[in-house]
Amino acid sequence: MEFLNAIFVAPFVEIWEYPVFFVEVVVAGLLSGIMYSLVALGFVLIFKASGVFNFAQGAMVLFAALTLVGLMEHGAPTLIALIGTIVVMIILALAIERVVLRPLVNQEPIILFMATIGLSYFLDGFGQLVWGSDIKVLDLGIPSAPMEYGGILVNQFDLVAALVAGLLVATLAVFFQKTRIGRALRAVADDHQAALSVGIPLKTIWAIVWSVAGLVGLVAGIMWGTKLGVQFSLTFVALKALPVLILGGFTSIPGAIVGGLIIGVGEKVAEVFWGPAFGGAIEDWFAYMLALAFLLFRPQGLFGDKIIERV
Amino acid sequence: MFYREAGQFKTSYSADQAIFPIRQDRNFLVALFIFAYLAVPMIANEYWLSTILLPFLVFGLAALGLNILTGYAGQLSLGTGGFMATGAFAAYKLAVAFPDMNIVFVFLLSGVVTAIVGVLFGIPSLRIKGFYLAVATLAAQFFLVWVYNKFGWFTNYSSSGVISAPPRAVFGDFFVTGSSAGAIEKYLFTLTLVLVLALAAKNIVRSHIGRSWMAIRDMDIAAEIIGIKPLATKLTAFAVSSFYIGIAGALWAFIYTSSVEASAFDISRSFQILFMIIIGGLGSVMGSFLGAAFIVLLPIFLSNAPTLFGVTVAVDIISHVEFMIFGALIIFFLIVEPHGLARLWQVGKEKLRLWPFPY
Repeated sequence: MEFLNAIFVAPFVEIWEYPVFFVEVVVAGLLSGIMYSLVALGFVLIFKASGVFNFAQGAMVLFAALTLVGLMEHGAPTLIALIGTIVVMIILALAIERVVLRPLVNQEPIILFMATIGLSYFLDGFGQLVWGSDIKVLDLGIPSAPMEYGGILVNQFDLVAALVAGLLVATLAVFFQKTRIGRALRAVADDHQAALSVGIPLKTIWAIVWSVAGLVGLVAGIMWGTKLGVQFSLTFVALKALPVLILGGFTSIPGAIVGGLIIGVGEKVAEVFWGPAFGGAIEDWFAYMLALAFLLFRPQGLFGDKIIERV
Repeated sequence: MFYREAGQFKTSYSADQAIFPIRQDRNFLVALFIFAYLAVPMIANEYWLSTILLPFLVFGLAALGLNILTGYAGQLSLGTGGFMATGAFAAYKLAVAFPDMNIVFVFLLSGVVTAIVGVLFGIPSLRIKGFYLAVATLAAQFFLVWVYNKFGWFTNYSSSGVISAPPRAVFGDFFVTGSSAGAIEKYLFTLTLVLVLALAAKNIVRSHIGRSWMAIRDMDIAAEIIGIKPLATKLTAFAVSSFYIGIAGALWAFIYTSSVEASAFDISRSFQILFMIIIGGLGSVMGSFLGAAFIVLLPIFLSNAPTLFGVTVAVDIISHVEFMIFGALIIFFLIVEPHGLARLWQVGKEKLRLWPFPY
């Protein structure tokens, strides 16, 4: 009885009595959801263009952040370090295309998925071997003081993150819609063979997609690294991007954003209002359960391509 | 010359349907059994038994369970760790609640409990497929481990959240769990259990059920059209797979480590077992054990290799290099032989047939 009360009555009473607190929780959830979206974006880009479920995105986030911090620790000014990291990520993308993807062309998706898991192990080890494994502080001068807007407390840093995510999506949208390469990317995403037959170089396109995913990973790495410190646990953040992907659909960029927002809000609200009923820490699994429940009704996600099966 | 089935004629249906139809295979297996039961306990020392052979057997069983689900029925799962934890905690609760029950039944019952949990989490597989399912099984992984961490009932309110295996004997003084159990007893017991279960799996996968699993894996719609029920087939795959994984988890907690906490079965355990079946070979009983051997031995080899060559390296560097080599080897293996060690074994056998006069 007490348990049912804690699930069905008490949270709603609390929400009713403290609406401002509820809004604060929702806003915090929205903003942390954006952080998940940043990681999910990288997954979506690669899945769209090459059909590879890139598990190494989390490792790429960590690797990019480690490289940036490492370069800055060795005395490089922020701008130079940024450019250096971008160059490293592009080289990494080229290497992945050449060493991992090209020999595995035409293999089953699960084999490619496994290869990216191997890749994530390699990158985790490599990044920490080169730059060390202690927790590093990443400070690019992004303000992080809490501020009050209309009676609601918001963290300034989260606002910056939201802004960056918005900019990133806008840039990606322009890149995909307006540029020649972007159109080629969309063609490859639609149909590999048709794209090849009109003369789009598949290998180049894959290298570009992985580079772009690496850059998105860098942005995510900067954001998460500033928030949590650059450390190994950043790779686990990537796991939280998986339910986001499920909700939004593997192939949709807006889906990654909306999915991230839903997961972020759902997780925070559940933890704050329903967490006490379960003894707390339900944040660990709530996102996955939400995604699972959602999948039962819409297997392709919110914005995913409709699944058509032919025999 | 040695491996040739020429001249072995099958004169009855039962000979034709034998589980190992080639005489040399049977001889090899008998030799292997004799070696494992008689020679290994005599030559292997405590270290070999408890840090290499026991984990190999336990992991092999878990990999076999996952291989049934992923390799035979085609349902990608990342929830192995959660199911192993279910088996471990079910075995603990059963062993403590019924002190008189034989430990073999405790393990089998914990497998049954895990099978029920597995079926529950397998229900979404009817609607969702492929990577979506893989992510959905992550829900099982995180939820189950959270449950065992959170609720004291599962650990009998132990303050550290650690469960320790109570001492139990299979018969008489033959203790296999607890502090009085010797390494050899543990090894022999685990070996027997794993062998029986592996033979059972070998038979299941060539039975009616196993064939319908493979049909669902290869093309579910086509399988449905020829009259295979997807609901029953997928759920039996989840049930049998979880049964095996649950027993593996119970063996892990009771025999390999003797005391365990829920966080030992985290997501990295799931990945580890997934690696085993991919490296060993999807859809192969043999491959599960080959993969388990590879993944168990590789880290031991990597951490001992520098001392073998007389180089001393800092511990943290070794662990990073281990990660790198591990990842690189996985990619290398996938490129060279995407069908795993089991395929290499097959190819070796084919070559051996013609040796020394290949045409």
